[in-house]
Amino acid sequence: MDVNVGQILLWGALPYVSFAVFVVGLVWRYRYDKFGWTTRSSELYERRLLRLGSPLFHFGLLFVFLGHVAGLVIPKSWTRAVGISQEAYHLGATYIGSLAALALVAGLVILIYRRRTTGAVFKATTRNDKTMYVFLAAVILAGTYATVRTQLLGGHGGYDYRETISPWFRSLWVLHPRVELMTSIPAAFAVHIVLASLLFCLWPFTRLVHAFSAPVTYPLRPYVVYRSRDERLGSRAPRRGWERTK
Amino acid sequence: MKVMAQMSMVMNLDKCIGCHTCSVTCKQAWTNRTGMEYVWFNNVETRPGLGYPRTYQDQDRWKGGWKLKKNGRLTLRAGGRWRKLATIFSNPLMPSIQDYYEPWTYEYDMLLNAPQGQHTPVAKPKSLLTGDDMAITWSANWDDDLGGSTKTMQQDPVLQHMSEHVATELEKTFMFYLPRICEHCLNPACVASCPSGAMYKRAEDGIVLVDQDRCRGWRMCVTGCPYKKVYFNHKTGKAEKCTLCYPRIEVGLPTVCSETCVGRLRYLGLVLYDADRVGTAAATESETDLYAAQRSILLDPHDPQVVAQARRDGIPEDWIAAAQASPIWKLISEYEVALPLHPEYRTLPMVWYIPPLSPVVDVVASSGNDGEDGRTLFAAISQLRIPLEYLAGLFTAGDTGPVEKVLRRLAAMRASMREVNLGNELPEEVAAAVGMTGQQVRDMYRLLAIAKYEERYVIPAAHTEVAADLEEMACSLDFEGGPGMGGGGPFGSTSGVPTPVAVENFHALAARQTADRPSTPGRVNLLNWDGNGNPDGLFPPHTDGAAEHAEPSDDAGPQEGGPR
Repeated sequence: MDVNVGQILLWGALPYVSFAVFVVGLVWRYRYDKFGWTTRSSELYERRLLRLGSPLFHFGLLFVFLGHVAGLVIPKSWTRAVGISQEAYHLGATYIGSLAALALVAGLVILIYRRRTTGAVFKATTRNDKTMYVFLAAVILAGTYATVRTQLLGGHGGYDYRETISPWFRSLWVLHPRVELMTSIPAAFAVHIVLASLLFCLWPFTRLVHAFSAPVTYPLRPYVVYRSRDERLGSRAPRRGWERTK
Repeated sequence: MKVMAQMSMVMNLDKCIGCHTCSVTCKQAWTNRTGMEYVWFNNVETRPGLGYPRTYQDQDRWKGGWKLKKNGRLTLRAGGRWRKLATIFSNPLMPSIQDYYEPWTYEYDMLLNAPQGQHTPVAKPKSLLTGDDMAITWSANWDDDLGGSTKTMQQDPVLQHMSEHVATELEKTFMFYLPRICEHCLNPACVASCPSGAMYKRAEDGIVLVDQDRCRGWRMCVTGCPYKKVYFNHKTGKAEKCTLCYPRIEVGLPTVCSETCVGRLRYLGLVLYDADRVGTAAATESETDLYAAQRSILLDPHDPQVVAQARRDGIPEDWIAAAQASPIWKLISEYEVALPLHPEYRTLPMVWYIPPLSPVVDVVASSGNDGEDGRTLFAAISQLRIPLEYLAGLFTAGDTGPVEKVLRRLAAMRASMREVNLGNELPEEVAAAVGMTGQQVRDMYRLLAIAKYEERYVIPAAHTEVAADLEEMACSLDFEGGPGMGGGGPFGSTSGVPTPVAVENFHALAARQTADRPSTPGRVNLLNWDGNGNPDGLFPPHTDGAAEHAEPSDDAGPQEGGPR
């Protein structure tokens, strides 16, 4: 298998660029723009469609995320070691994954329809949001298409991404990307992965950051929070070298 | 016992004329921004009426506040922590903008720029949410003064808990105003509902605030607050609420709503309470016992044991003194005329109300009797079940006993002080009939009728002695729009660092403006110094002390840092 420059850039460089922008962007955004870090909910404007679309979309997304973890992170040999055959894995992954994708796409369609047709919601949609929606929808649709095309309609056994994409994904984390594995993957997967890399670049600069404020610690804290008055002088931390002397 | 201090308010409803000055000044100070058009930290409702947002008191529908579980423990009525997380993608119990009102403006531009034509140009109402033409069908005060109330009054949640014949008769007999701000509860359900932990109760003065940097816009606080006094800023995507004007309170000034109240009906002061017993009091089994339970955890600031414990718990001396002089403590516990709003929500609210006697007086007077006569008034209070039951529905979870007691005290004060005004002795037997002494009646009269600014607002300044000496630290140059203009961050005008509320700057300014000396001692404004002499503070003081003031500046003119 010969590897050309384009493939090295796509499968050896783009993931790292994307990851770097993602992490540095998130840190920068958190430090610089905590005030802008919010879900920017539009529930106040419209509730009926949101009540249907938002849980469909978000719960679908949670399952899709778990599916990606199972497919990309866990090696084939591990699932085989606990007695799950490739056929069983394939059936499970395909049907659960398809259901999750169905919920996800249905939610997405409802939410985009709502955003476009409800006047107040559409007016509150920024250019930033629209760009993000294009990429988000493209990633989801490409992923769904890839699943339908290669797994549901792809004949017996479907496409075994755990021989190519998954090892490549894991190889990225040990800083030794096995680009050669990616040279022959179906085009649908390639498009999905590239679009996802671009979405990760966009992530820190859009409202998608709210994914990282999932309030997982809420059940662990006491109900009522007490805090002391901020004893800091002025409303901002002083700049370096300008701190007050005691 | 753990003693904590709580800044609290009492409003005397007899004196509210429904002028909405508090609402307007509050809005000008705090919520005249995009995204906050529909937000009224302070609003004045006509009672009976729907309130704002409409029917917010109907907790069967909105599920605000706390409820008791079967095992006697408290849980949020809208569901506990796990339920909150499960419904986080779409909060089913949040009011939508239609439950408040769709904010609008008028197309004023048309009045000036319309082309010449046959008809007079009009300024059509335009929605501030969509920009489209809209028909105005509701607003924050749509049923003000019972306007249109024949259509809507039956939906008043407090009325719905009363018997039907009462409800239909009520409009003829009874109306009063209810100004509302955040209750700054001792057991705040909004704080408990916040998944991000962004809302908190300040340990020093009990003010409930939203940390704008930590709020992530999950909107659970809006549901949690049974008074619906947390609002969602639809521009920034963050929750905002009444701050009890904490920048003013910290420097010893009353809130904007109090300061501007035309009827001077608001009282501000500290109460001390036992933080260890908050949970127990809120979990009192019977709803009608909650008023007494809440009063039982408020501590007598004159009790030496309480004072000693307060000192141990780190409450400063001037704060203890302020708690002792507090008009709130007097009205709640000495005269027992102030009542909490909806204690049955179990949040232990700390903005209390003196229920209005004037509707009763009006009824008596309009029937041709003497509305100032003690016996007539007492009889009327007992007979006029309608106002009594309604007030009890607001203030005591339906128990008319405490409301009747308050109204009898107010009636006794009214009758007694008339005798005094007529040149007679204050009738001790009238005071005794309501369990008070003549002197108490006089004191209460003074506090309710003629108390001056310093008696109505007993507010100790926050402890920022260090900060008090400071000049303004810096101005907000952060973003485009120039100094102090706020402006847009990297993601539009709602991102970036929020415009700071410089409490200490305010404190420093207040100190300087109220100081005897022209400028902050020890500071020299070099821009005003003409170069002559050696003003104080230009150089550090000499260590030997003898050389100090050796060369007093001899220059003329009113300059800062000049001769002292």
